[in-house]
Amino acid sequence: MSTSSSLPFEEFRGEIAKAYPSKVGKKRMKSMIQATPREPREIQANVRTVPGIISQRGCTYAGCKGVVLGPTRDIVNITHGPIGCGFYSWLTRRNQTRPETPESENYMTYCFSTDMQDEHIVFGGETRLKEAIQEAYDLFHPKAIAVFSTCPVGLIGDDVHAVAREMKAKFGDCNVFGFSCEGYKGVSQSAGHHIANNQIFKHVVGTEDEAPEGEFRVNLLGEYNIGGDAFEIEELFEACGITLVSTFSGNSTVSHFARAHHADLNLVMCHRSINYLAEMMETKYGIPWMKVNFIGAAATAKALRKVGEYFGDEALKAKIEKVVAGKLTETQEYAAEVRKRTQGKTAMLFVGGSRAHHYQELFKELGMKTIAAGYEFGHRDDYEGRTVIPDITIDADTRNIEELKVERDPELYRERKTEAELEALKAKGLEIADYEGMIPDMDPEAFVIDDVSHYELEKLMEHYKPDLICAGIKEKYAVQKWGVPLKQLHNYDYGGPYAAFGGARNFYEEIDRMVGSKLWDMVTPPWLRPLEPRPVEIV
Amino acid sequence: MRKVAIYGKGGIGKSTTTQNTVAALGEMGKRVMVIGCDPKADSTRLLLGGLVQGTVLDTLREEGEDVELGDVMRTGFADCRCVESGGPEPGVGCAGRGIITSINLLEQLGAYEEDKQLDYAFYDVLGDVVCGGFAMPIREGKAEEIYIVVSGEMMAMYAANNICKGIRKFADAGGVRLGGLICNSRNVDNEREMIEQLAAKLGTQMVHFVPRDNIVQRAEINRKTVIDYEPDCGQADEYRTLASNIENNDMFVIPKPIEIEDLENLLVEYGMV
Repeated sequence: MSTSSSLPFEEFRGEIAKAYPSKVGKKRMKSMIQATPREPREIQANVRTVPGIISQRGCTYAGCKGVVLGPTRDIVNITHGPIGCGFYSWLTRRNQTRPETPESENYMTYCFSTDMQDEHIVFGGETRLKEAIQEAYDLFHPKAIAVFSTCPVGLIGDDVHAVAREMKAKFGDCNVFGFSCEGYKGVSQSAGHHIANNQIFKHVVGTEDEAPEGEFRVNLLGEYNIGGDAFEIEELFEACGITLVSTFSGNSTVSHFARAHHADLNLVMCHRSINYLAEMMETKYGIPWMKVNFIGAAATAKALRKVGEYFGDEALKAKIEKVVAGKLTETQEYAAEVRKRTQGKTAMLFVGGSRAHHYQELFKELGMKTIAAGYEFGHRDDYEGRTVIPDITIDADTRNIEELKVERDPELYRERKTEAELEALKAKGLEIADYEGMIPDMDPEAFVIDDVSHYELEKLMEHYKPDLICAGIKEKYAVQKWGVPLKQLHNYDYGGPYAAFGGARNFYEEIDRMVGSKLWDMVTPPWLRPLEPRPVEIV
Repeated sequence: MRKVAIYGKGGIGKSTTTQNTVAALGEMGKRVMVIGCDPKADSTRLLLGGLVQGTVLDTLREEGEDVELGDVMRTGFADCRCVESGGPEPGVGCAGRGIITSINLLEQLGAYEEDKQLDYAFYDVLGDVVCGGFAMPIREGKAEEIYIVVSGEMMAMYAANNICKGIRKFADAGGVRLGGLICNSRNVDNEREMIEQLAAKLGTQMVHFVPRDNIVQRAEINRKTVIDYEPDCGQADEYRTLASNIENNDMFVIPKPIEIEDLENLLVEYGMV
């Protein structure tokens, strides 16, 4: 299939919007721009989805419990609410974890819920919650218990924080904390990420003194170990002599979080879900943060070299070069082999708040063109870069999320780099406290769309006839009925890891298989099949 | 069976008026059921001679699913049936949801069935219409006629007007109608005229003007309705008149709520002598 973008961008966008009532159409047009922005310059993002539109988005609870806290293995995560919220957020992202020993704690395979019934809604659910926390404590004696509020909890006003405080004081040896992450709290799951960041920062980070040994200590933020991504990165760090204090939150433990303030650099992968924590840790503890990307072989090499540059240690740099040299060439050779079959193919990505950006790297390495991309829950800075932050309109939905007031810690603050040193590193191309966003990396002709609706996705498919789409389970089967393969980038279907060098190789293999399959040509969409008279069933 | 709901501002005397009216209807030989829709569960105290013990929600909580009508219904003065919805302590849970649960349960238990041969079901609902739960009795045809207890005080009239908004909202969907205003006098100047005027503006009537009398207070202390406590007094007759006005009422309207400015003008016109 080839790109048939004969219609100019503006006209195509107008055609998409035509199907909507004019007010809705106008609003949606603001969320669609070309990657080389002419007018309008800015993309509308992180605003309410228009009711009636089939959106990809999830809820605040999903962002908090599912995304950020879900991958930590030794916190008992209790969903306070009716059973569905807990059950349907149970390990659906395929986060993996590797306990130190087979006997070590791992509660990720459990699903904890207060299973609220009508009577708890009527009489209040605090007693039920206390009982659930007590039961979890008696059964497992975990280091930490976290409570996640679902919608009805917010409506009836259960004070989960007071319950958490009471139980924490009662136990003495178990950190209990709550999240007011009711599903309706924000316009998307993004609000839940922010709430998760706030509470982890308030209740966990900095609570353990013991400093991990190592010369070059980093945290990895916004890496959730889907399909084992974090394992790949951990392996690389170890080979390079970089000490990973904590990952937020793939393959992590609550102790990792608690000691994270000992790191000397925060590496941010998924900017959208975790930049709040990076900023707060910088203010309170003096840890600088840097945007990196371990998706793509070249990107991985670049990220590792940036870490070497940051620490400025020649031995470390040499070790990184040695690791990169072997792996990069080997991976690139494999990519060149696959590229023979994938060169010139096209992809569209509608996922996440970073993935739609990061995965473009892998497609570039396969000679594939990303013709359209967008985030489900990104903000303008994820598209246009952090320079636009001062211009982002703070609406009521954003104000609804608590903004922590963070100050320098009188004891634990330690300056890692002077302002001048950081400036010098920035001059060398390190994205220190910065993220340039997705758009600058894209083809100037590419179509950028925020919070794509199902209808818009179909229009884009009709127009661009892509060879592959990357999105999630909600899109997967509808797209496949069109005869287009879909790769899930929330949970990787059954695959992964896709991070770092080993992961890149897996991805090349997977994409080779998917876009090379003849199967899709045999699919006739049900809506294009001739109508057949339905057999009448006679009873 | 006529299904009646009594609304009005908190503290206006809804429960007292309802129970005295029910007592009078009982005296007349009518079979009446009272459903208290207030978490305080004090809507049947005067009919039962004390606060009811198992409310619907308490029973539901304790007995689980195995609940029978007899567990939640008591028989009080003049053979009237008393049910209290009950609800959470102040500041927790969701009382509105509780009322929904409770009324649904009563229906499932057959409290309204033909075989109960009821002439009336009275819902006594807490305060203002604060959320969907408290509107339950006027939704889905559960109550068909509404009486609003009001006095000549500004906030009571303001609440009455607000309740009319709620009634109008559900009037089309559920067929609920306003039967009239009951003036429970606070001895405000020109009170009778003012409430008659308010009723006219709302497109309804004042069903009865209940004068203020301390006998009501004395009867309450003795956990009785006036009709039960001192059947021969004048106040008992007032409640009998109110009951017979309701019995014979044939004016059921969709109210026309008025603007707050009109309401204030009404007070200026009648209240300032």
